[in-house]
Amino acid sequence: MAEVAKMQVSDEVAISIRNMNKWYGTFHVLRDIDLTVHQGERIVVCGPSGSGKSTLIRCINALEEHQQGSIEVDGTLLSSDLKNIDKIRSEVGMCFQHFNLFPHLSILENLTLAPIWVRKTPKKEAEELAMHYLEKVKIPDQANKFPGQLSGGQQQRVAIARSLCMQPRIMLFDEPTSALDPEMIKEVLDTMIELAEDGMTMICVTHEMGFARQVANRVIFMDEGQIVEQNEPEEFFNNPQSPRTQLFLSQILGH
Amino acid sequence: MSDTSASAVAFVRTESVPASAPPSNAAGPVKWVKDNLFAGVGNSILTVLAILAIYMVLSKSMPWILNGVWDAPSLSACREILNGETGACFAVLSERWNQLLFGFKYPAELYWRPATAFVLLFVAAAPVLFFDLPRKLLIFTGLYPFLAFWLIWGGPIFYPLIALIGLIVAYKVFVAFEKNNFTMALGLGALSAIVIWYLSGFVGENSALLALSLEAVPSRDLGGFMLNMMLGVTCVSLSLPLGIALALGRQSSMPFIRYICVIFIEFIRGVPLITLLFVASVMLSYFFPPGSGVDLFIRVVIMITMFSSAYIAEVIRGGLAALPKGQYEAADSLGLDYPQAMRLIILPQALKISIPGIVNVAVGLFKDTTLVSVISMFDMIGMIRGPIVASTDWNGIYWELFGFAALLFFVVCYGISQYSQWLERRLATDHR
Ligand SMILES: Nc1ncnc2c1ncn2[C@@H]1O[C@H](COP(=O)(O)OP(=O)(O)OP(=O)(O)O)[C@@H](O)[C@H]1O
Ligand SMILES: [Mg+2]
Repeated sequence: MAEVAKMQVSDEVAISIRNMNKWYGTFHVLRDIDLTVHQGERIVVCGPSGSGKSTLIRCINALEEHQQGSIEVDGTLLSSDLKNIDKIRSEVGMCFQHFNLFPHLSILENLTLAPIWVRKTPKKEAEELAMHYLEKVKIPDQANKFPGQLSGGQQQRVAIARSLCMQPRIMLFDEPTSALDPEMIKEVLDTMIELAEDGMTMICVTHEMGFARQVANRVIFMDEGQIVEQNEPEEFFNNPQSPRTQLFLSQILGH
Repeated sequence: MSDTSASAVAFVRTESVPASAPPSNAAGPVKWVKDNLFAGVGNSILTVLAILAIYMVLSKSMPWILNGVWDAPSLSACREILNGETGACFAVLSERWNQLLFGFKYPAELYWRPATAFVLLFVAAAPVLFFDLPRKLLIFTGLYPFLAFWLIWGGPIFYPLIALIGLIVAYKVFVAFEKNNFTMALGLGALSAIVIWYLSGFVGENSALLALSLEAVPSRDLGGFMLNMMLGVTCVSLSLPLGIALALGRQSSMPFIRYICVIFIEFIRGVPLITLLFVASVMLSYFFPPGSGVDLFIRVVIMITMFSSAYIAEVIRGGLAALPKGQYEAADSLGLDYPQAMRLIILPQALKISIPGIVNVAVGLFKDTTLVSVISMFDMIGMIRGPIVASTDWNGIYWELFGFAALLFFVVCYGISQYSQWLERRLATDHR
């Protein structure tokens, strides 16, 4: 089962976060974050609500600004320079809890928009690419519908395909399944597992611990804006070190 | 009961019996009347009262309308024909028809020019309003303002042509640089247009193009419903883009731009349109270089456009605020830059939400064009109050004229409203 988790990871550094701090006004959301992600790594981030998980991954593609420390993505330093931000955003895909598909565009248009306008791909090529990824997430037949006509699980898979169309080197997921019904969770997780098998570098904020065991090669536990503990999934679940991790795991695995 | 095949059962009907018609008290007009007009005591009373009210209105107005006189040279002649009976003097409409539509100074032999412009307006507007039509038609839409200007005002074709060429060059320059940098492309485009217009000033004087010319009609000779239409169409089409720019500017992260937009919007909204029109008619000439004598029509267009763009900006701001933050984030996370995100993701949705509000402003604007009558422009209302009612022939006639004006405005405004409802249905893709 955990064969994905055993997959090899390269030495190449994909994301390097050094001593990063972030405040919302006077509220210190992220404290001294140090994190290195290698190319091909699959990282699951968990932790109690309000611990700053979303904020952390949103800092990586500059949806949020950090005030201290440095974030480097694929060798590009994230600064207020718009050129760098755009470069990083086109290399980092992101999936949101509420999908955030564009409701006024058809599924196909949702997928081709960024390749056409950001990558300047010719329309025809972009559509072929889009159909390729729609097949990958197993809904090519929905291409001409609008997002509002799809189920939640289908919408989230479209959102994943939309990110993939930009052929990102890194994918960020912010609780991609927590707005879904149980039977839809599986179809989205299956898509993500496939993505992991293809060697995609992934950072997932999720509370799907089965997914973490199966796919992740590192689980990160956050609390009060800090990375409290990180370890391989087996170690993390069977032998948590800090009392806060133990408490958290007993709460979410307990019932 | 599993074996019901034909061989085992004596008789099996293979088709279902067609349903018999419901009894007449359960369907058809009788049922409709019972359900909708006389469903209860209160409902029945209201129905009877409504019928009474309708009867009273119609019993007074119908004889007046049906007995109307359509052919008479003056009010007194009309009264003679009526000979004491109730009846309307619609003759004033037929006798002053051209004045109502074109004003009293526009040369009669040139009426065909604004009339052509009016008909072509529909051709030009069609591809904008109905975007299922082929996109090639938009080329004509682009040419239309220059063509309409030339038709209505006349003069050498040179000027509208140069204006058009300047804009085409600006557009080409903009498209060429757009992929690199939106703001730079915008600036370069504007610059190239200005250069062309400036250079044309030198060639213009002795150009052969000056010869190709229609008889010129000065702005002060425009009037009637034509003037209302011209003001309405020009101001609506100018104030929509300006309103969008103001709404976006108001949200800008650059404080300088934001404050300019906020001050502009708040100031314009706080001032009555009449005041702005008076400013246009008397004071605005101070702001332009002496002797340049910017046309009164243009000054009025500027004022009405500013006025309604402030309102449209606020309507669109509402639409922008109604969009979930996730739409901005999704656009950002895909790497779209600000102009792309606005143009492709945010504005299409925000404008769709804003349609009812924008239509509200557009309808209001169109009706407000009648206010120019107070700064002595002879629009339709100005014509009625001035030259027509003040004439000895038609002194004392009101209902017929203002009723006609009301009808004309109603038709246009109702048309706009119907269009917007169609548009909302057509754009409903979110299936919420
Ligand atoms: N825009 C904001 N302004 C001020 N405070 C914020 C803002 N966004 C988040 N916060 C605060 O920052 C903290 C971390 O938020 P974040 O969304 O990162 O938590 P999270 O770990 O993702 O929680 P959840 O599991 O509920 O999604 C929370 O206490 C939240 O209240
Ligand atoms: Mg979160």
